[in-house]
Amino acid sequence: MVARHTCAFALTTALALAGSAFAGERDNTVRFAYDQVPENVDPYMNNVRVGVIIGQQVWDTLIYRDPKTNDYKGQLATAWKWVDDTTLELELRKGVKFHNGEEFDADDVVHTLNFVSKPESKVVSSQNVSWIARAEKLDKYKVRIITRSPFPAAIEYLAGPVVIHPNEYYEKVGPKGMNEKPVGSGPYRVAEHAVGKFIRLERNGDYFKDSPKPMPKIEKIEIRFIPDRQTQVAEMLSGGLDLIMHVALDQANQLKNVPHLKVVSGETMRIVFLNYNTTENTPASPLKDIRVRQAIAHAIDRESMIKQIVGEGARVLHTQCFPSQFGCTDEGATRFNYDPAKAKQLLKEAGYPDGFDIDFYAYRERNQTEAMIGYLRAVGIRANLRFMQYAAMRDQVRAGKAPLIHQTWGSFSVNDVSASIPVYFKFLPDDITRDAEVRDLLERGDSSVDPNVRKEAYKKALALITERAYGLSLYSLPVFYVAAKNLNFVAYPDEMPRFWEMTWK
Amino acid sequence: MIAFTVKRLGLAVLVAVAVSALAFLLLRASGDVAIALAGEGARAEDIENIRRIYGLDRPLLVQYLEWLLKMLQGDFGQSLYFKTDVLDLVLAKLPTTALLAVFALMFALAISLPLGILAAVYPNSWIDRLCLSLAVVGQAMPNFFFALILIMVLSISFRVLPVSGSESWSHFVMPTVALGYYVAPAFMRLVRAGMIEVLASDYVRTARAKGLSGASIILKHALRNALVPVVALAAVQLGFLLGGSVVIETIFALDGVGFLAYQSITHKDLPVTQAIVALLSFIYVGLTLAADLTNAWLDPRIRIG
Repeated sequence: MVARHTCAFALTTALALAGSAFAGERDNTVRFAYDQVPENVDPYMNNVRVGVIIGQQVWDTLIYRDPKTNDYKGQLATAWKWVDDTTLELELRKGVKFHNGEEFDADDVVHTLNFVSKPESKVVSSQNVSWIARAEKLDKYKVRIITRSPFPAAIEYLAGPVVIHPNEYYEKVGPKGMNEKPVGSGPYRVAEHAVGKFIRLERNGDYFKDSPKPMPKIEKIEIRFIPDRQTQVAEMLSGGLDLIMHVALDQANQLKNVPHLKVVSGETMRIVFLNYNTTENTPASPLKDIRVRQAIAHAIDRESMIKQIVGEGARVLHTQCFPSQFGCTDEGATRFNYDPAKAKQLLKEAGYPDGFDIDFYAYRERNQTEAMIGYLRAVGIRANLRFMQYAAMRDQVRAGKAPLIHQTWGSFSVNDVSASIPVYFKFLPDDITRDAEVRDLLERGDSSVDPNVRKEAYKKALALITERAYGLSLYSLPVFYVAAKNLNFVAYPDEMPRFWEMTWK
Repeated sequence: MIAFTVKRLGLAVLVAVAVSALAFLLLRASGDVAIALAGEGARAEDIENIRRIYGLDRPLLVQYLEWLLKMLQGDFGQSLYFKTDVLDLVLAKLPTTALLAVFALMFALAISLPLGILAAVYPNSWIDRLCLSLAVVGQAMPNFFFALILIMVLSISFRVLPVSGSESWSHFVMPTVALGYYVAPAFMRLVRAGMIEVLASDYVRTARAKGLSGASIILKHALRNALVPVVALAAVQLGFLLGGSVVIETIFALDGVGFLAYQSITHKDLPVTQAIVALLSFIYVGLTLAADLTNAWLDPRIRIG
């Protein structure tokens, strides 16, 4: 730990000798690095962030959500309407070509959606497509998508992860061939893909003018896979890269002082919260008492945590969803202020004047877990940290062995509450509360097509969760980007660098 | 010699099998593989699907024996994460790691030979102490720390070398130095000890009496004999370098077997992890065997013990 800090400090001071690094501007190339390697750049065959990023540059979706206004615009589709509760009819755009010259039409939509919705296709992020029953062609530029059950969030998914592949090419080469030589219709085409090392993108000169994604100004993008964060920072300092993301807070603060770099912090849709196992067989019986749960809520100082360790851009959340998600609101929710004296009082009333012991599970941002352990100990709750890999922790949670969990959820950047709260409260395997009233409200919200009915149901469910103190919503997580100072770059909450709108200063 | 070889070969095979079994078991000890594969957000049916598809619901012994049998036929299975043939995947990354290991070994020898000779020619002098200190620093400093220092000096302060990647020979300079510096001390000490012993021997005294120059004695006569144990150690160190380069490969973004091992572990890509452990252990066992046999052939006394 000391070595890393010393190194980071030394790295920063070393750049007194480093000159400016505007190589990117000279050859109109943005060099970006990411630490994870997608196992397959076909967007349906990986579930890493960089896969999503590459997906949006190289491919298009039927519908497009404007990141600034959250309005839905047509991209590969020009119009759409719900014919009934489970049938969506779309009109498609004419005159669009894929990077290999194939013309876009209904066959591409039908083939892609029918292929990815089949379990045999082994799509990695199956929840993004499992709502699709099938797609049907009505004529050359008209399709219908039938959903398995009423699924109002369909529009959001069609505007996000569900990209369209060229059917002739995809049928011939499949996901494996798509990984080796990716072909889409997006603003960038793949010039070279060295699996595991880098992927080079080039501006698509024939990109259709009516797309809500504008014709890019940056001609080339080079995405390199560099697993070590320190190396990424070193590359930024030496001018080898123009943009990196997920930089740790302490490093970001130091890099602020580097003359040719700038730090951009963006809030993300990832929410952080505590889960409690309040079922009959919970390993921590104190959690069954609402006063104990309320005590925990009053014991943690979220504002201080944001200021000191989470970082700029984060905000305190009062309900377990991200504010921009449709249906997310904290209206009517019970709010818990930081009041350790009240926490101690509540514990005494509940019969724990000397506190109690409890296992506290976590899998990331360990410094935040440790801060919370400190707060809990101050009111007498002796939390014992059990830090492990996500997979191992999930086992424990689903087996009912984890009483208190420090959890995060990114909703796969889907801007609809159905992608977040039901995971933990709808009697699915991760639901360790099992409140039937909450579940029924969420059912109503998830399956109605009327937006007002949905909003009302979700509002009631979210408020009920806070009223009964099931868990504690903490805050949203910010992500820190480091960019070359001369790169115009905007950070959006969906953690998607949009290369097509970047320019040089 | 034959009996010795057969005994050693048998031992090597046993070691290799034991290591593969251990790796197989330990990999399954931390968490349900099916959940790890399914990833965050997967539903129960997806996980059960995965369990069935990959045969993870069968007894452990059955899974292990099946894997062992297939491996002996050259079939290491499919990578669960990359969805390609495991052997192809590993062989594609092996050249980078092998290149790095060989360069590192050459670098280690290039600095340890002169240092060792110098230390031996002036034993217990300040030169000797200096050489030893240089060696100790190499062994004491964590190689990731050294790598970062190199990056700081050679890439950031003085833009002489690229930070990461594997496109050109210049990309291999810093990784080679960082990795090689770590194994150099062992060689240096061996060369020093060997040279001191040889320089005190009768035939060297004879050569001196005959009037041969110092350089000729050291390089032509003494060094050749002192190098015998070094060659044996080099074989073993090569095995270590092949398996121990994960950190260097990660820092310098070299897409080699070490980094592949790290990725396969974090993604619970069992077939790949098992294959890498098996292949590297076989290579290591093979190199150790070669070192043993070389030593035994050169020095008959070893064959009896």
